[in-house]
Amino acid sequence: MSRAPEQLAIEPERYELRSGTLHQFNLQRRDFFKVMGAGIAIFTVAADPVSAQESGVRHGRPDQDQPKDITSWLHINDDGMVTAFTGKVEVGQNTRTTLAQSVADELRVPLSSIRMVMGDTALTPFDMGTFGSRSTPYMSPQLRRAASAARDLLLEQAAAQWKTTPDKLSANEGKITNPASGATLTYAQLAQGKTLAHDMPDSDPITPPAQWTVAGKAVPKIDARAFVTGQHQYTPDLRPADLLHGKVLRPPAFGAKLVSADLSAAQAAPGVVVVRDADFIAAAAPTERAAEKAIAAIHAEWKTQPQTSSKVLFSYLKQNLDMEEHQKPHEQGSAATGLAKAAHQLEQTYTVGYIAHTPLEPRAAVAEWKDERLTVWTGTQRPFGVQEELSAALRIPKDRVRVIVPDTGSAFGGKHTADAALEAARLARAANRPVKIVWTREEEFTWSYFRPAGVIEIKGGIAADGKLTAWEFHNYNSGSSGMLTPYDVANQLIQFHPVNSPLRQGSYRGLAATANHFARESAMDELAHAAQIDPLEFRMKNLTDSRLRSVFESAAKSFGWRQKKNQAGQGSGMGGGVEKGGYVATFAEIAADKNSGEIRVVRVVTAFECGAIVNPDGLRNQVIGANIMGLGGELFEAIEFDNGKISNPHFAQYRVPRFRDIPQMEAILVDRKDLPPAGAGETPIVGLAPAIGNAIFDATGIRLRSLPMVPHGLNATKASA
Amino acid sequence: MATAVHAEINGKSRAFACEPNTSLLFALREELGLTGTKYACGEGQCGACTILLNGTPRRSCQLSVADGAGKSIVTIEGFEQNGQLHPVQQAFLDQGAFQCAYCTSGMIVSSVALLQNNSSPSELEIVQALQGNICRCGTHPRIIAAVQQAAKAMHGSRS
Repeated sequence: MSRAPEQLAIEPERYELRSGTLHQFNLQRRDFFKVMGAGIAIFTVAADPVSAQESGVRHGRPDQDQPKDITSWLHINDDGMVTAFTGKVEVGQNTRTTLAQSVADELRVPLSSIRMVMGDTALTPFDMGTFGSRSTPYMSPQLRRAASAARDLLLEQAAAQWKTTPDKLSANEGKITNPASGATLTYAQLAQGKTLAHDMPDSDPITPPAQWTVAGKAVPKIDARAFVTGQHQYTPDLRPADLLHGKVLRPPAFGAKLVSADLSAAQAAPGVVVVRDADFIAAAAPTERAAEKAIAAIHAEWKTQPQTSSKVLFSYLKQNLDMEEHQKPHEQGSAATGLAKAAHQLEQTYTVGYIAHTPLEPRAAVAEWKDERLTVWTGTQRPFGVQEELSAALRIPKDRVRVIVPDTGSAFGGKHTADAALEAARLARAANRPVKIVWTREEEFTWSYFRPAGVIEIKGGIAADGKLTAWEFHNYNSGSSGMLTPYDVANQLIQFHPVNSPLRQGSYRGLAATANHFARESAMDELAHAAQIDPLEFRMKNLTDSRLRSVFESAAKSFGWRQKKNQAGQGSGMGGGVEKGGYVATFAEIAADKNSGEIRVVRVVTAFECGAIVNPDGLRNQVIGANIMGLGGELFEAIEFDNGKISNPHFAQYRVPRFRDIPQMEAILVDRKDLPPAGAGETPIVGLAPAIGNAIFDATGIRLRSLPMVPHGLNATKASA
Repeated sequence: MATAVHAEINGKSRAFACEPNTSLLFALREELGLTGTKYACGEGQCGACTILLNGTPRRSCQLSVADGAGKSIVTIEGFEQNGQLHPVQQAFLDQGAFQCAYCTSGMIVSSVALLQNNSSPSELEIVQALQGNICRCGTHPRIIAAVQQAAKAMHGSRS
C-alpha cells in the first residue's frame, strides 16, 4: 500500500493539471431506458477540450454507440421527475444541492423534482474528479446545457401536439404553456411512453445569472433531514448481508519490506480469512475485534531503512531536489536589475509544515464480488480514478469494476486515492464475501498522504515611492498553486522546485495556494513596514486588478481597518489574493497574552468574490468553514515524524480547531451577476495565514515566518526561533 | 457464551448477542444497525460517537456493551418522535448547521445533553459543552446558533 520514499512524487498538481486517461461507459445507450424507464434523455457532448478533459469520454470504441466526450446526462421520466447524472461527488461542499439548483433553474422545474445521481462509475459519465474548485465553473454549465436542451425538446414536442411553433410557447414550473390558447402540458405528460434520446453540443446558450430563479437563492441542503436524524448512510454505515470486517497489518515504518510472516495462528482462528499478497497482509472476520485479534496474532519481520525527521525537514527539502521534475521559472523583466534599483529590499524565507486532512469520516470502503464483478462503495473524490486503480491492482477489466460514492464525511483533497478500496476489494476476493474496511484514526494520520511541506524564499524590492521594483519567489516542494503574484511588478522571477518528499504527499484544500499566499502576503507586509507605508495602502499602490482591489476594500471597510488604536496585545493584519477564479481578502484581529504567550484569533472578516453566487447559504458555509479549517494549519497543526513513523497520529497530539478556538467570523459575499460562477470551496482559505501572521507582528513586533506559527504558544516559538 | 446483555435503547428493550467486552459503538452500529452514531477516532477525542447513557453524554467508542447493561441508551435515532424532530434537530436543520454532517449526530446528542441540564446556556457554556466535539468543516458558529435556537424553542414550550 505504501510506496517507498524514492517513488514518492509530488501529487497535488498532477491531479489538477493532468487529463484523465481513456475511458468508456459501462451504461450503454441501449440499456439506458431499461435502467431509467421511459422518458426523455439528453446527453451533453463536450464542445471544448477543457470540458472534455474535466468530464467526458476521450474516445469511443468502434462498436460503441456512444458519441465522444459525453460530459453529463439527464432524464425526465413519465411522472415528471428529473434525474441528472454527474461524476462529481458530494463531500460536504454542497455540490449536490448547487448542481440540482442549476438543473432546476434551467429546466424551469421546482427543485423538488430533481434527483442527482453522482459519483457512480456505472451510471454517471466519466469525470476526472471533484477537486480544484471545478464543479461549479465546469459541471454546472454542462448540466445546464443538458437541461436547456431538454427544455427545447419539450417545447418542440408540445408545439407538434398543438400544431404550432416552439417560440410561441413558454416553459415554467414543469409544464409547457400555450399563452394563446391557455393550454398546458406537463413535462410528465410529454415524456409519457417516449424513449427519446438526444445528443446536444454543450455550446447551447444557458440562462445568464441575472435571470436565475432557483439558482442564486439560499436553499437548504438537499436531504438535510437525513443528516440530522442519523439516517444518511456514509460508506462506514453500509452493512450488506454476510459482511466481514477487515484489518490490515501495517508495516512498522514507511517503506518497510516484509521479510517473513507467520500467519498460522491468525489462520487458525474460526471464521477468519487471512490474505498475504506480496507485502500486503490483512484479515477479515465477522467482527472488527476478531479481525484485530487475527492481525495481532501474526508474527512478521520487516526490513526498515533509516529515514529523516521533521526536526530537520526544511534543510532536507532544500537538499533533496527532484531534478527529473525540474520546472522552468516564470520570468518577466530582470529581477536582479529590479532589486539593484530598489530603495528597500527584503530577503526572507518562509516555511510550512506537513499537515493532515483529518476528514472526520476516515477512509473507508465496502467491497463485494459477484460473478467476477466488483462493486466498491467508498468515500472518494475520484470515483473513476479509484475504478482505474482497482482494475490495475486486481488485474480485471475496468468494465467489471463499479465504484459508488455515498455522500461523504468530508475530504479536503485527501480522498483522491483508492487505498481503503484496494484493501477491501483484495480481502473480499479472498473471502468471497463483502468486506468493510474503516481506517482507524491512527491509520488515517499515518497511511494517507499529507499536504506538502515547503520552503519559500522571497526577494522583493520597492522604490522610494512604495512601488514594487522586483519580485523573486522560489517554492521548494509545497507546490505552484497561487504562486504568481497578483501585484504589478515589472521584474519577476517565480519558480517551483520539486523535491523528493520524505512523506507521501498530495492534494489539500487550496493546495499550495495557502503556503504561497502566506509567504507573499507576509513579505508584502514586511515591505510595507520597511517603507513605513500602511499595509493596505501599500497593496493598493501596487494593485490594478479591480476585482482583487474590491474585495480588499470591502473587507477593510467591514473590519474597520485602522479605525481604532490597538490596545496592548491587540493587533490586526490582512492577506488576500486570486486563485481558481476566486478573489479573497481576509482581515484578522488577534490578542496576544504577554505572560502566557497565548495567541487568540479574536475576529476574522473575509470578503470573497467568485462571480455569480449559486447558493449564498452554502457559499457562506464554505467561506467561514475554510477560514476555521485554516486556523489549524496556521496556528498549531503539524505532522511530526521520525525515521519513517508519524510521532503524533492521534487527535490528542495533533490539535485541530475546536469550539474554543473559533473567533468572531464574518463573510462578505460579493455577488457578480455579470460574471459566470467560479468554484468556492478552496480559495477562501488562502488569506487567513498572512492575516494572522501580520496581526501578530502588529501586536507584538514579532514576525513569524513558519506555519504553524504558534503550536505551543508565542513564548515557545520565540525561544526556538 | 455469556448470557445476552440487555439494555433499553431508544425506549425499547434490546438484547446484544455479541461478547460483553465488544465496543458499544461497534455493537450499536453493526449488530443493531444504529449507524447514526459515528466512528471517527476511537479515542474519545472527537465526540462523533456520543450517546446518552442514563441521560449522560458518553463516548460510546470508550464503552463496552457490558457498560450499557441494564441502562438506558439514547442514540441520534431516538430523538425523532412520531415524525416530529427534536427541537435540537429542528434547529440544526433551520440553521444549516452542518456541511459534510459526519459530526452532526454527536453534536446533536451533546447539545441535547447540555440543554437537559441548562435550559438557557450562555455562548461560553455552549462552547464548553461542545469543546470535545470536532467539526472539520468549520461549521461551529452555526452549531452555536442552532443550540441557542433550540434553547429558546425548548424554553418556550416548557413555560
